[in-house]
Amino acid sequence: MKGLSKDRLWAIIVLLPSIILLGIFVYGFIGRTVYVSLTDWGNDPAQAMALHPVIKFVGLDNYKELFSGFLQSRFRQELVSTIFFTVFFILGCLGAGLGLALILDRNPKGEGLWRTIFLFPMSLSFIVTGTIWRWMLQPQGGLNMAPTVLGGQPATFGWMSSTDAIWKFDWNKLPLLTASVVGLVLAWVAFGAFRRAERTRAVVAAICAALLLGWALFVGPNLHLLAAPELHGFNLALIGIIIAAVWQMSGYTMALYLAGLRGIPEELREAAQVDGATQTQMYRSVIFPLLAPISLSAMIILGHISLKIFDLVYAMSGPDNTFTSVPALNMYLTSFRQNQFAMGAAIGTILLILVAFVIVPYLSSQFRTQEGHA
Amino acid sequence: MKKALLLALALATAGSASAAGKLEIFSWWSGDEGPALDALVKLYNQKYPGVKVDNATVSGGAGTNAKAVLKTRMLGGTPPDSFQVHAGQELIGTWVVANRMEDLSSLFKSEGWAKVVPADVIKLISSKGGIWSVPVDIHRSNVMWYNPATLKKYGVTAPKTWPEFLSTCTALKAKGMQAPLVVGESWTQQHLWENVMVGTLGAQGWENLWNGKLKFTDPRVVGAFTTFGKVMDCANKDASGLSWQQASDRITDGTSAFNVMGDWAAGYFTTTKKLAPGTGFGWTTAPGTSKVFVMLADSFGLPKGAKNRAETLNWLKVLGSKQGQDTFNPLKGSIAVRTDSDLSKYSVYSKSAATDWKHSKIVGSMYHGAVAPESFTSAFGALIDQFVASKDSKGATAAAQQLADKAGIGK
Repeated sequence: MKGLSKDRLWAIIVLLPSIILLGIFVYGFIGRTVYVSLTDWGNDPAQAMALHPVIKFVGLDNYKELFSGFLQSRFRQELVSTIFFTVFFILGCLGAGLGLALILDRNPKGEGLWRTIFLFPMSLSFIVTGTIWRWMLQPQGGLNMAPTVLGGQPATFGWMSSTDAIWKFDWNKLPLLTASVVGLVLAWVAFGAFRRAERTRAVVAAICAALLLGWALFVGPNLHLLAAPELHGFNLALIGIIIAAVWQMSGYTMALYLAGLRGIPEELREAAQVDGATQTQMYRSVIFPLLAPISLSAMIILGHISLKIFDLVYAMSGPDNTFTSVPALNMYLTSFRQNQFAMGAAIGTILLILVAFVIVPYLSSQFRTQEGHA
Repeated sequence: MKKALLLALALATAGSASAAGKLEIFSWWSGDEGPALDALVKLYNQKYPGVKVDNATVSGGAGTNAKAVLKTRMLGGTPPDSFQVHAGQELIGTWVVANRMEDLSSLFKSEGWAKVVPADVIKLISSKGGIWSVPVDIHRSNVMWYNPATLKKYGVTAPKTWPEFLSTCTALKAKGMQAPLVVGESWTQQHLWENVMVGTLGAQGWENLWNGKLKFTDPRVVGAFTTFGKVMDCANKDASGLSWQQASDRITDGTSAFNVMGDWAAGYFTTTKKLAPGTGFGWTTAPGTSKVFVMLADSFGLPKGAKNRAETLNWLKVLGSKQGQDTFNPLKGSIAVRTDSDLSKYSVYSKSAATDWKHSKIVGSMYHGAVAPESFTSAFGALIDQFVASKDSKGATAAAQQLADKAGIGK
């Protein structure tokens, strides 16, 4: 019983309430949501709101419906939109954040004031940001009217009302595209492992890559998720929302980068200067590599925010603009307007899986490094 | 986090309603509609003093937020005593089929409402042999608004049919008006859609669409969709950025000639915009619907397991009474469901609507919950969005039929 010293017992007792609450309200509810997503709750209106609904287990039917059902093309577009949104949001925040941090790192006059100003948008909630930007991006107001101040013609871009899309692709090609991309990544992993002479790893990765690429080449083209081609692409109406989101979160990214920059010892810069490095060379070969972990953290934090985004879109274009809609919004509408709780739970589970893709590798790598330090 | 908040809210409101001599009514009437509800509550208290009325309002989102809170409360087994819901399938398709409401047929009989409420309305709020809610107010969906000065300037008159509308549209475009028709965000387009459908298929065709006798895939419906597509070609391109009020503004300032919107727009034009009916703004029935009244109504019902059943029944009696309806509706800008209301209390527009109410064929609105259940209505918006972008009538009607089958329409 050496492990259960008084100290440890206390620790357990103090921690127990939060562990129980977490267990019920986080993991219990996740489990319940996943279970509901495998049932037919809500598919029959008579059972959706019944006091004691009869709920049947239907396996993965809801997921099948979401990815290949005739009526669920809205969800598929939202999934595509989320991916585009995430990519541009992260790129925008990293670019703007790094730029601002580099400027502030040169200690301009009134640095503290600028830092506060740049960080300020983060103190607003997405609802407030959304409302402000909604006004600014009105079809005939704000940004579109800006050129008239200088005597120009008002712009006509339909920020949130555009129905155009670019980079369209057929949803039927999705399995093919995914398999090819994953296959190529695995091939690259195999090549890396081979170079480092990790034989088992190289062989496993190579076999997986070969299987996937072979499937993509021979089976994939004959597989059709949908009866008819269905085009999805990047909806231009999302641009306004991306701008608002970047405006809000780039200050935060700047703070992350600034902390990273301040953490780089002065000696390193001096050493680089003594070695005769120019400013550009110093940034490229000394400072940016040292900022890589910061970029990774920022990408993960921003990535999970953007996958879950709901309030900003709700405030900016309302729940019913399908051209700017995102899965989280659809989940809310499907559950609470259409009463299709199982379908809503399935969308929620898909979101959870997407976020897990981003978060879990990060967490596990964090744990590993912490254990390394301990 | 959101769920936790809703839960907390539900618990808080449920807790306060449990004492005796109380009545909890649940609605999304706040802001402009608040005074009308307050007047009703005042009247209730005059008749039944000593009952503490708990007015639980969840504002915002045209009822979206309120409905979500209501659903969590009903699922949690703590229903409010009476809640606001659009009369017809929005109530029936969600709550009656799930066996959560009490039949009010006996109340209709004892209060003699069957004689004063039009039979078409009784039909819309009945199913499975029961009557499920008491409608308080009536709004009209099929109204086309215009600015008399604009029509005079361009030398056109308000069209009587949709084909006529399209030729008027071409004429206006030729004279330099970019968008003869103004529409706003998604729901206003669905609102327009239902009026194109009623105007093209006729009242009977529209009714058949919802009782399953007419399929969406029928060539007549496909043709009506095509007409809707052409009508949308007359509309502004920045629609989804506009609220219905902003769309109405474009009628006032003469940017566009016509707007199909429910008759709450009359209140906006007279009260907010200070325009005189008939000269500042004009109205007519939506093309092809002159003898039809496309209605929507707010109603209250009696959920099973309501804690204060007796008080709730009294509340419903007040709602259905002549005095109750004539107190509420002039303030809300709607008309009474009863055909015996005292018209001297109503506005110029409402008087004309009340006259039509007595003499027209009454059908229900789709978007506003009268003829289609929520599972249909809320998914239909995405379908219309896609149709407006693609103009593919065949695809849209096929999808609509699937949606109708799934929602159990015509069963």
